[in-house]
Amino acid sequence: MIPAAFTYHRAASVDDAIEALGQDEDAKVLAGGHSLIPALKLRIARPSVLVDVGRLDDLRYVRDDGDRIAIGALSRHSGLVADAVLRRDCPVVARTAALVGDPQVRHRGTIGGSVAHADPASDLPTVLLALDADLVARGPDGERTIAAASFFTGPFETALAPREVLVEIRVPKVERGVYLKHTRRAQDWATVGVAAAVVDGATHVSFASMAPTPIRARAVEEALANGAGAAEAAGHAGEGTDPPSDVTGSAQYRAHLAHVYVRRALEQL
Amino acid sequence: MSILGNRVVRVEDPRFLRGEGRYVENLELEGALSVTFVRSPLAHARVNAVDASAAEALPNVRVFTGADVDAHPFGPPPHWHIAAGMERPLVARDVVRFAGDIVALVVSEDRASGLDAAELVLVDYDPLPAALSIEEAVKDEVLLFPEVGSNVANRSGVEDFDDGLFDGCDVVVSGVLVSQRLVAAPLEPRSAAAVVGDDGRLTVWATSQTPHTGKMVVAGLLGLDPGDVRVVSPDVGGGFGAKMVEPEAVLVAWLARTLGRPVRWTETRSENMLGLPHGRGQRLSFALGGTRDGKLLAYRLEVLGDGGAYPALGAYLPNLTALMANGVYAIPKVETRTVSVVTNTTPTTSIRGAGRPEATQALERAIDLFAAETGLDPADVRRANFISADAFPYLTPTGATYDSGDYEAALDLLLRSAGYDALREEQRRRRAEGSVVELGIGLAAYVEISNPVGEAEFGEVEITEDGGAILRTGSHSHGQGHETTFAMIAAERLGLPVERVVVQRGDTDDVAKGTGTFGSKSTQIGGVAGRVAADAVVERASSLAADYLEASATDVVLDVETGRFHVADVPTPALSWAELASKASADGRLGELRIAHEFQAAPTFPFGCHLAVVEVDTDTGKVELVRHVAVDDAGTLVNPLIAEGQVHGGIAFGVGQALFEEVVYAEDGYPLTGTFVGYGFPSAAELPSYERIEMVTPTPNNPIGVKGIGESGTVGSTPAVHNAVIDALAPHGVRDVDLPCNGENVWKALQEARG
Amino acid sequence: MTNVVLTVNGERREADVEPRQLLVYLLRDQLGLKGTNVGCDTSSCGACTVLLDGESVKSCTVLALQADGTDVTTIEGLATGDGLHPVQQAFHEQHALQCGFCTPGFVLATVSLLRESPRPSEEEIRHALEGNLCRCTGYHNIVRAVEAAAEAGA
Repeated sequence: MIPAAFTYHRAASVDDAIEALGQDEDAKVLAGGHSLIPALKLRIARPSVLVDVGRLDDLRYVRDDGDRIAIGALSRHSGLVADAVLRRDCPVVARTAALVGDPQVRHRGTIGGSVAHADPASDLPTVLLALDADLVARGPDGERTIAAASFFTGPFETALAPREVLVEIRVPKVERGVYLKHTRRAQDWATVGVAAAVVDGATHVSFASMAPTPIRARAVEEALANGAGAAEAAGHAGEGTDPPSDVTGSAQYRAHLAHVYVRRALEQL
Repeated sequence: MSILGNRVVRVEDPRFLRGEGRYVENLELEGALSVTFVRSPLAHARVNAVDASAAEALPNVRVFTGADVDAHPFGPPPHWHIAAGMERPLVARDVVRFAGDIVALVVSEDRASGLDAAELVLVDYDPLPAALSIEEAVKDEVLLFPEVGSNVANRSGVEDFDDGLFDGCDVVVSGVLVSQRLVAAPLEPRSAAAVVGDDGRLTVWATSQTPHTGKMVVAGLLGLDPGDVRVVSPDVGGGFGAKMVEPEAVLVAWLARTLGRPVRWTETRSENMLGLPHGRGQRLSFALGGTRDGKLLAYRLEVLGDGGAYPALGAYLPNLTALMANGVYAIPKVETRTVSVVTNTTPTTSIRGAGRPEATQALERAIDLFAAETGLDPADVRRANFISADAFPYLTPTGATYDSGDYEAALDLLLRSAGYDALREEQRRRRAEGSVVELGIGLAAYVEISNPVGEAEFGEVEITEDGGAILRTGSHSHGQGHETTFAMIAAERLGLPVERVVVQRGDTDDVAKGTGTFGSKSTQIGGVAGRVAADAVVERASSLAADYLEASATDVVLDVETGRFHVADVPTPALSWAELASKASADGRLGELRIAHEFQAAPTFPFGCHLAVVEVDTDTGKVELVRHVAVDDAGTLVNPLIAEGQVHGGIAFGVGQALFEEVVYAEDGYPLTGTFVGYGFPSAAELPSYERIEMVTPTPNNPIGVKGIGESGTVGSTPAVHNAVIDALAPHGVRDVDLPCNGENVWKALQEARG
Repeated sequence: MTNVVLTVNGERREADVEPRQLLVYLLRDQLGLKGTNVGCDTSSCGACTVLLDGESVKSCTVLALQADGTDVTTIEGLATGDGLHPVQQAFHEQHALQCGFCTPGFVLATVSLLRESPRPSEEEIRHALEGNLCRCTGYHNIVRAVEAAAEAGA
C-alpha cells in the first residue's frame, strides 16, 4: 500500500529527464503514474529514483502531420477521447482510449506511459501495433523512430534504451479501425483484446492478452490477404499465440475468444 | 398518524456526505504506535525460526512473535459444536495453517516504516503438504491438527442415509452445487486501536459488528476483568457478517498493554482479502424426488463445508443450511447430513445469508431440474408444492418453526409484476428466430431465517433535560440505518419528532449490553427493545405528569400527535416532554425516565420470490443480467426506503456470487484473487436497476410485526440468476453451469453439452 | 523531504512530504482531511476519488509531489456553509449511501461526470462509475441520485 522509498526528480525538460535517467540505473520515468504507481504500492517495482516528466506540457498534443497524426507521449487518455483530429482521422485510437481503465484513470494516464509500460494486456499498445504506428524516442544520442512491430520486446519490456524517453507516437490516418475488448468487468484489463484496421489497403489484426506482448495475428492477416472471408480468417486466430491462464480466463478460453472476436472485429470493420 | 411505514431519509447521512464519518482509521490518537502483521505466504508450514534482527535494526522498530504473546487462543463458543483442539493461537508459533496466518508483529512509529520493517523479517519455514480443498481435506491424509486425528470440525444430521427415502417417487433428480468461497469485501478495511488509560482501563476501538462480544473476547483472551475493558465500534464501513472479533484487534490491545503506549492498525486491502474471514464454501449434493405430475415427496441434502484453517462460525453454518433445507416447500420427507472440514485456507465465517443462500441455491436448482425432467413449468412446480398460507406456524421436517408466510401470493405477485407470460413468449420468439444471444428466465422462491439464534437485544430509552430522548441500543448499525429506523420506532411511541430521538450504539461504556448486528435480527429485537423501553418510559412519565397535573396516574395519557401529557379527554392543562423533563430535573426525578429492556424473540422467516432475466452470448459465454425483479417480504416495513436499500444491496451481493465472484487458490495455497483486480467484485456497470415489489406479511413474534430484511435479497437473487443462465442454455443441452456463471464457465458448459 | 504547496478546497496548504507519500495520505494525515477514504491497494475501488484541477482522480494513485501546485477538491470542500452541494443532497434524498465509506468517492466522481456530461443516460452513468465500488447499496440508488442531481442541474 505504501511504496518502498525512492528519490524524486521533476524533469524540467526531456533532456533533463534523459540526464537524470543516466545518473542511476534503477531510475524510472513517471508520467501519469497509473501503471507505475500501482506497481510501486504493491512493491512489485522498486526503482531508486522516479524521474517525473508529467509537467512537460509540450509533450501533450495531437497534430495533423500530413499522412500521419503526431500524438505527444504525455497526452492523457481523456484528451485523446475528445480530440477532434483523432476522431476525424484515426477514430479507432480515440475510441480505444475511451476503453482504458475508468474515468479517473483516463484523467491521469498517458498514452506514452501506457506504451512504455508495455503490459501485454493493454489496449492502446495493441491498437498501435495494428496501425503500424511509429514510436519516437529521445535519448542521449538524439531522436530515433522505432516501429511498433519492433517496440514490444517482452512482457513489460520495450526496445527503449535505459536512458530513452518516449516523446511521440505517430499513427497513420486510418478510417476503418475497430478495437474489441472482452472483459469480465468493465474496469478489468482485456481478457482478450482484438484490434483490426485497414492500413494502406491491407487489413491488420492484433491481440492484447494472447502472448507475452501485444502481437499481430499474422496467420489471420495472411488468410485475409489470400481472399479469405472474416469467418474463415478468424479460424486462424490461435496460430502463433501463447495466451496466459489466469483468473479471468484459461489459455483455452482465451484462444476461443480470440477466434470469436477476430471474426466480429473483421465483420465490423 | 404513525411515522412507521414512511420513507424517511436518514438522519445520520450528513456526517457521511460531508466526509466526517467516524471510522476507526480517522481516530486521532496522540502518540500511537503502528503495528504491521507479518503473515505467512505459505498455506501449511512448520515455523522453525523468526529472525527479526534486520527489521529491528531500523530505528524504533520492535518485533514480537508467538512466543512473546501470552494470551489465550481463540476458541469457538461451545454452541457451535466445533471439534476440540482446533483453537487458533493469536500468533502462529510452531505451525502456520493458511496463507495469511499471523507470524509476527512489527511495531513502528508509522505505517510506512512498519511496512519497510515487516519486509525484513525473515521467517524460516519448512513447507508441509497442504489440503486446500474440502475434497482433499475430508480424506484425512493431510491433517491440520495431527493431535485431533481428523480434519472434521463439525457434523450433523443422519449417520446413514435411508435407502427407502425416495420410495414412491416416479422421478428423482440429483446434482451437486458448489456454493463457491467468497469474500465479504466491505469497502472499509479493518482497523483497530487501543490505549490503556491512566485509570488502567483498556479502551479498544475496533471495526466490529459486535462490540460487546468483542469486549468479552478481549477480556477473556487477555485475562482481564470485563469491567476494565471498553470497546468502541464507531462508524464501521460495512461488515456483511465478517467483521466480528478477530485476532488482530486483540493483538493491538495486547500491544497497548505490553508497551504502555497507544497502538493502532489499519490493514491494506490485500491483507483484508487474506485475513478477514471468508464465506460460503459449501459443496451441496442434493436429490429431489416426486410424482410425475409434480408433487414433491422427498429431499436429501448432503453438505460438505469448508471451515478454513481454524474452524469457527463458518464450520457451524452447514447446520443452518440443513435447517433450511426444504425451503418454502411442503416436502414430507427430508434428510440431511453435514460435515465441515478444516482446510489450509482463510477461516470461514458468516457472510450475507450465512448458510441460507447455500440451502436455497441447491433447492432451487433441484426444483428447476425436477421441472425439466417432468416437463412442467418451473413456476407451476413451485406453486404446487408451497407450504400453504394457512399452515403457519409451520414445523418443518428439519425442526424449524416458520412464523408466517404466503409463498403462493409472493410468486403470483412476482409473476404478474414481471410479466412472466410475456417473457416466456419473448423467449419463444427469440428461440424461433435463432440468435447467438439467448434469453434466460430464472425463478427462485425462498424462505430464510432471521434472528437465527432467537437472541435477546438490549434497548434503553432516556429522556433528556430538554425533553428529547436517547435510545441506547445493543445493535450496531454499519450501514443499516438504525439511527433513523430505531429513532422512528421510539419516536412513534414517545410522540416526539424523529430528529429528537438520538440513537447511541457501539460504545460498551455507553450501552450496558448488546449482541451486535448480524443475522438480520436488529430491528426485530433491538428496535423492538427500544419500543418496549419507550413504552415503559411513557408509562412512568404519565405517572410523573400526573403528579404535576395533580391527577391520578391512570387518568393521564400521552397524546402522541403532539407529545403532550394531559388528563384523558381534558386537553389542557398539558405538559410537553420538555416541560415535564424540566420539572422532573428540578425535582431530581429525571433519572426515573431512563428505562432499559431486553427483548427476546424466536427466529422469524422472511420469504420471497425473485425473477432474473439474463442474456447469454453463446459465442463468448458472457452473461448480462438485464432485469431483476424481487418480491421480498420481511413483514412490517418500518422505513420502506431503508428496507429497499437493503434489498438492493442484498441483490447485488447475490448476483456477485451468481456471475462474478470466487476466491481461487493457486496450487501453492496463495489466493489468485487476493486484490480487487483479481476478485470479481461487480461495479455499477455490471448490474441493472432492480424492480422491487413490496409485500408485507407480519410476524406474530414481535409487536411491530417486523422480520429481518438485510439478507433476503441475497438469498433470493443467486438462485434466480443461476437458474436463468441454465434456462437460457437449455436448448443447447446444458443442464448445469458452475457458479459463478462467468464467460468461461458458461463456455465450458456449452462445450460439454455439445460433446 | 520536499515541500509541496497546493490549493485544497480553496485554501493554500503546504506540507513537507517524502517522495513516496501518496496524495491521499497527504490529505488525510498531514492536512487533517479525513473524509477521503482508502478502500483498496490496486486503484480499483475509487473511494479515494478527489478532484484535481477539476477532474476526478484516484488520490491513492497520485504522489503528493505530483499534486504540487494543483487545485484539489475533497469531499470537505463541496458543501457551502450548512447546506449540502446538490450532488450530496441528491445522494441523501435518494438513500444512495449506507455505510458511507465509498460515498465521498462517488460524490466527487459524480461531480466530475456531470461537469463533462450534464445529462447522462443510465448506461452512461453506470459506465462512468465503473471505477467506484460499493458493497452496500447495489448501486441502484446511487444511479438514481446521479439522475436526480443531473435533473437539478448540479
